[in-house]
Amino acid sequence: MANEKNRIEFTKEMKKTYKILFPNMLDIHFHILQKVFKSYGYDVELLTESGQAVIDEGLRLVHNDTCYPALCTIGQMVHALKSGKYDINKTALMMSQTGGGCRASNYIHLLRKALKNSGMGNVPVISVNLSGLEKNSGFKITLPMLRRAIATLTYGDLLMLLDNQTKPYEINKGESRRTVEKWISKISDLFEKKRGISAKEMKTYLKAIVEDFKKIPVNRVPKVKVGVVGEIYVKYSAFANNDLEKFLYEQDCEVMVPGIMQFMLFKVDNRLEDIKLYGGSKAKYNVIKILFDYLTVFETYLVEALEGTDFVKPGTYRHLKKIVKPVIGYGCKMGEGWLLTSEVMELIENGYENIVCAQPFGCLPNHIVGKGMVRKIRTMHPDANIVAIDYDPGATKVNQENRIKLMLSVGKEKLMGK
Amino acid sequence: MIRLGLDVGSTTLKCTALNEKSEVLFSKYERHYSRITEKASEMLRELAGVFKDEKEISLCVSGSAGMGFAEKMGIPFMQEVYATRLAVKKLLPETDTVIELGGEDAKILFISGAQEVRMNGSCAGGTGAFIDQMATLLNLEPDNMNELSKAHTKIYSIASRCGVFAKSDIQPLLNQGAKKEDLCASIFMAVVNQTIAGLAQGREIEGKVVYLGGPLTFFSELRRSFDEALGVTGLCPDNSLYFVAYGAALSDEHKVFNLTELTEKIRNYSAEGNYKSCEPLFKSEEEYEEFKARHSLVYPIAGLTASKKAYIGIDSGSTTLKAVAINENEEIIYSEYMSNSGNPVPLVKAFLQRIYEKFPDINIVSAASTGYGEEIIKNAFHLDLGVVETIAHFTAAEKYDPEVDFIIDIGGQDIKCFKIRNKAIDNIFLNEACSSGCGSFLQTFAGALGYDIEEFSKKGIFAERPVDLGSRCTVFMNSSVKQAQKDGAGIENISAGLSISVVKNALYKVIRAQNADALGKNIVVQGGTFLNDAVLRAFEKEIGRTVTRPAISGLMGAFGAALYGKKRYKGEKSSVLTAKELESFTHEVKAITCHGCQNHCRLTVNTFDNGRKFIGGNRCEKPLNIKNTEKKLNLFEFKKELLASYKDTESKNNKPTIGIPMGLNMYELYPFWHTFFTSLGFGIKNTGDSTRKIYLKGQHTIPSDTVCYPAKILHGHIEKLIESDVDAIFYPCMSYNIDEGLGDNHYNCPVVAYYPEVIGANVTGLESKKFIKDYVGIHRRHDFPKKIHEILCRNFGKIKLIDVKNAAFKAYSEYENYMKKIRLEGKKYLKCANEKNLPVIVLSGRPYHLDPEINHGIDKLICDAGAVLITEDSISDMVEKFPTTVLNQWTYHSRLYAAAKYIAESGNKRINLVQLVSFGCGVDAITTDEVRGILESKQRIYTQIKIDEITNLGAVKIRLRSLFAATEND
Repeated sequence: MANEKNRIEFTKEMKKTYKILFPNMLDIHFHILQKVFKSYGYDVELLTESGQAVIDEGLRLVHNDTCYPALCTIGQMVHALKSGKYDINKTALMMSQTGGGCRASNYIHLLRKALKNSGMGNVPVISVNLSGLEKNSGFKITLPMLRRAIATLTYGDLLMLLDNQTKPYEINKGESRRTVEKWISKISDLFEKKRGISAKEMKTYLKAIVEDFKKIPVNRVPKVKVGVVGEIYVKYSAFANNDLEKFLYEQDCEVMVPGIMQFMLFKVDNRLEDIKLYGGSKAKYNVIKILFDYLTVFETYLVEALEGTDFVKPGTYRHLKKIVKPVIGYGCKMGEGWLLTSEVMELIENGYENIVCAQPFGCLPNHIVGKGMVRKIRTMHPDANIVAIDYDPGATKVNQENRIKLMLSVGKEKLMGK
Repeated sequence: MIRLGLDVGSTTLKCTALNEKSEVLFSKYERHYSRITEKASEMLRELAGVFKDEKEISLCVSGSAGMGFAEKMGIPFMQEVYATRLAVKKLLPETDTVIELGGEDAKILFISGAQEVRMNGSCAGGTGAFIDQMATLLNLEPDNMNELSKAHTKIYSIASRCGVFAKSDIQPLLNQGAKKEDLCASIFMAVVNQTIAGLAQGREIEGKVVYLGGPLTFFSELRRSFDEALGVTGLCPDNSLYFVAYGAALSDEHKVFNLTELTEKIRNYSAEGNYKSCEPLFKSEEEYEEFKARHSLVYPIAGLTASKKAYIGIDSGSTTLKAVAINENEEIIYSEYMSNSGNPVPLVKAFLQRIYEKFPDINIVSAASTGYGEEIIKNAFHLDLGVVETIAHFTAAEKYDPEVDFIIDIGGQDIKCFKIRNKAIDNIFLNEACSSGCGSFLQTFAGALGYDIEEFSKKGIFAERPVDLGSRCTVFMNSSVKQAQKDGAGIENISAGLSISVVKNALYKVIRAQNADALGKNIVVQGGTFLNDAVLRAFEKEIGRTVTRPAISGLMGAFGAALYGKKRYKGEKSSVLTAKELESFTHEVKAITCHGCQNHCRLTVNTFDNGRKFIGGNRCEKPLNIKNTEKKLNLFEFKKELLASYKDTESKNNKPTIGIPMGLNMYELYPFWHTFFTSLGFGIKNTGDSTRKIYLKGQHTIPSDTVCYPAKILHGHIEKLIESDVDAIFYPCMSYNIDEGLGDNHYNCPVVAYYPEVIGANVTGLESKKFIKDYVGIHRRHDFPKKIHEILCRNFGKIKLIDVKNAAFKAYSEYENYMKKIRLEGKKYLKCANEKNLPVIVLSGRPYHLDPEINHGIDKLICDAGAVLITEDSISDMVEKFPTTVLNQWTYHSRLYAAAKYIAESGNKRINLVQLVSFGCGVDAITTDEVRGILESKQRIYTQIKIDEITNLGAVKIRLRSLFAATEND
């Protein structure tokens, strides 16, 4: 068992006076999330610092063969603590912890080790998890807060989706991004007023967002359509993936990055699958099923908001699960598990047949569900044009970009042929 | 108008000019030594000279180093693999597959059928650069390698993943006296294996194969190796160097330029210099002078004392040979430092002859050798002693700084660091094969950029903005340098940057230091690489304190060996060959394969005058004909025998026969499945221990080249089963393992858990065999029978649930029985070791490390050294669940922590843990630190051995001998 006894707890008293830092991953979602935490009395701050100094800090503190995301996030947090910007006796850190057989469940322990080795062992680290892995008296995810967080992810997914499909074609440069910014602040305001959360309001606002994007004048010339999948942090974090999305835009592509709600559904569904595969209590199954159904509703809101528009709708979780069945088992759940394979297949279905699969160098689950499944996907979709890119502190941008360019050349040729 | 394609590769520049009919008018090929713009403008000027009437040309750039350059100049760019494809389609439309090797890239293009292009990932080493590197190592010109290779008689297996690995395989072979002819051919074969394993990824290479690029153009033997491995006769067209340039010239994306203007523009093009940089090494000339004064390299040469007694120390390192003679006062009277050119024996002979010549009245009373070549030198010249290099270095360092508490030695090939506690070596760090960016790395780089090493490193001393290259292995460094050059870094800044990166590599990759104080207060640095002022300065700057560099920094190993000999001197005369004996000294080398066991070691038999023999390359004592009647206490052997006792069983009543691949978790669960299936009347077979041959059989279907070797090898086992007569292959997915109550959870690692999925998706031969890869949960004993019953019925028709329940019951008890036997036997060995006061090594890792192809016979090596060997799973049951600093959630890994805990608490310094770590094992990045932490919390030594396709047993021996030396000193 991990050492619970010596863990520094985040207490109720700390909640009143401490600042809580947490690393960025999904730009849109996390900016809103920051507001959610604030509205519940947590003085949080999103860390967005990137660059070599952060990586160096990570390299110093974390075993260099550990995955890149651990290096980035731990580097980022320790770097912030050492920056002098914060009173380290009044600062806590927050990190998500997924649980499961992947190395990622260990990040939080590696962070504590790193803090200890930097002489900051007294900084409390809050684990954000839904598995009951660690508890803190001063930090509780209440049900209303959970609902707000899930609403955030839904709004975030929609904004990301629409921005991705609008930005490459917009006639007035920057308009799509401005619309995103507008909605980030609008949703934050709504949350502060305890609004924008009920089913009815969510439907209204999601629809309003879609309408807003529809108004942006676009010129939909054919472009190479690229889907990005991969290990969750590297896929989403521009810091970790060397600004992959920006690079793809500069290469005149349309980029699609699947949202995070499906990942949440996947993680909950895994518990159901475990019981189905190996046996387990019916009562437990039913409780988890309620949570699963609850989350599915949000997905429905999102899909419904896109109904009747020209925007590409993300496939539902149900659909993703269906199409992957002939390729890989539902028991494959560590890391991104079968979901990653499925996302590739779904992107291809939706016309994004050029795929970048981004993962940390040596990512164990991705040996299986990423690189391991490419061959099989190709036999089903001969047009699939997939490139796997590894990220780590030593990999250079020029090498990565060269490989992506190769993939794009093939994509361009196919586009011309159409 | 002329259409020009310019191919800016990693090492060369190529251009092809076409007329309107796409006929070639002009081609040129040149090494650019990273002076890309200079060379490119020269090339254009030459072109302008040839085509005097052409004022304008239409241009497209391609090549791995051309991207940034083209972008900044506003020239259209075409990705090079794509360009190749265009060219091949035009020139050789019948082609099925193209294999193109460049300076640093390897590519395969599948043209016919589903078109695909593959490039080596960021880990796989470059091929042209790799061959160059190997040539440097062998002290040959690359062209000679091709010639020599023709005369080869045998092929050694050399790691095919990346250059650095291959290097650490070749070095020991060289030191054992393997023939260069064979090595050259083996290197080519390694390139072939790397290309096939890394790029084909399950797709067969067949039909009309075309070879392109520099290495395949220049080396006929490399082409022959490819032909042989692929079973084809490939074609290397006349213009094989120019396909990329030709493709770029054909491209639609062209832009027209005025030729003179463009030439000028390229010549004047200087990049912006916005690369990442570090602080300069020296801020001023004065700072450098102060530094030089502090680290003077001048040392006095003494003469023989009245007694004429002398002690000789020889350090036969990986790339250099160091030899020293000292007098009674421990002063150096003579020394040599030479590049060993692959064979140290003649150098030592010459050294000894010079000694005898220079000091006719010398009385050599002791001679000791150390380093990689310790044994062969000791045997060849009848030296008195051999000493493990760590001890030799410590002995020497102590002479310079009696308070020394940390020694770091960066040599040509390896980094060695050790901590000293209580006058004994306490902790050793050796560079794992993957991060060895050391001296020879700097040298190779200097060579590639057209400088000799001294000139090159001097250039870095006053660099204003050294390139920040981070800490990574050579292969990554190549592309980092490429990027820096693209960003406009000059040679000075690259040189300084490389020196800094060597230091960072040592500090953060090898030692994993967190701050300077963690190293020690009295640091002695040595080794040839520290003779380089830039490296030394970078080291001081990085750790923020001054260090001691002995004036004889490069000779420390030899000096230490001499001192060691002096310490042990008890008044006898040295047995070293006399001047007269040296005259008739001869040395011949022959390579043979030992068939003593399934390791099939490649032995090199060195024969000296009078038929004296020395055998190298052996992993055990068998080929040495040492009669050893006493049975070794080796729990690996016991486990293997126990596993072998579950014999292949015929089926009853026409029930199906199940085939099980012997790999990963099957190494532990076989007793379970064997009992389960035989109880049901099924037949069962397994594939037995792995061999290199089995690995190669499945190599072409491995989709991820960075996964661990134990996983890769499974592909071969599956192929073996496909060929066999089994009715079904049973290899289930298992997220969870048995819960032994030692951790918070009981997972398998993702690779063990889901590798059956990878097998199912990639091994095409499985279409003809029933393959069962269902998810199975043996951790839920109660539910298991019901669940497996469904799976069996689905695959084999109706089977009674009650029978399955019974079989499951028997399977669980057999599994428990199996584990119990191991635990009992382990305890028996422990007791026996205690009684006889023998050292014990707990060889820890995973159940599948039992496979001799995976552990490379390290178990035998340990036992031959006189230790009793037990395993982590034989003692983990003696420890209660306890708090760890990491999440303890994998069954196999919980045992590691428990074993470490047991050893730490035992208080018995004769029991030590050695952890085997498969290269690429992500989980072990976490477990190794934790195991080390548990051991070190009780001042115990942690030893880690990284294993891969090939393992450098020389380095393993050093670790083990140092470990034994450290524990004996108590």
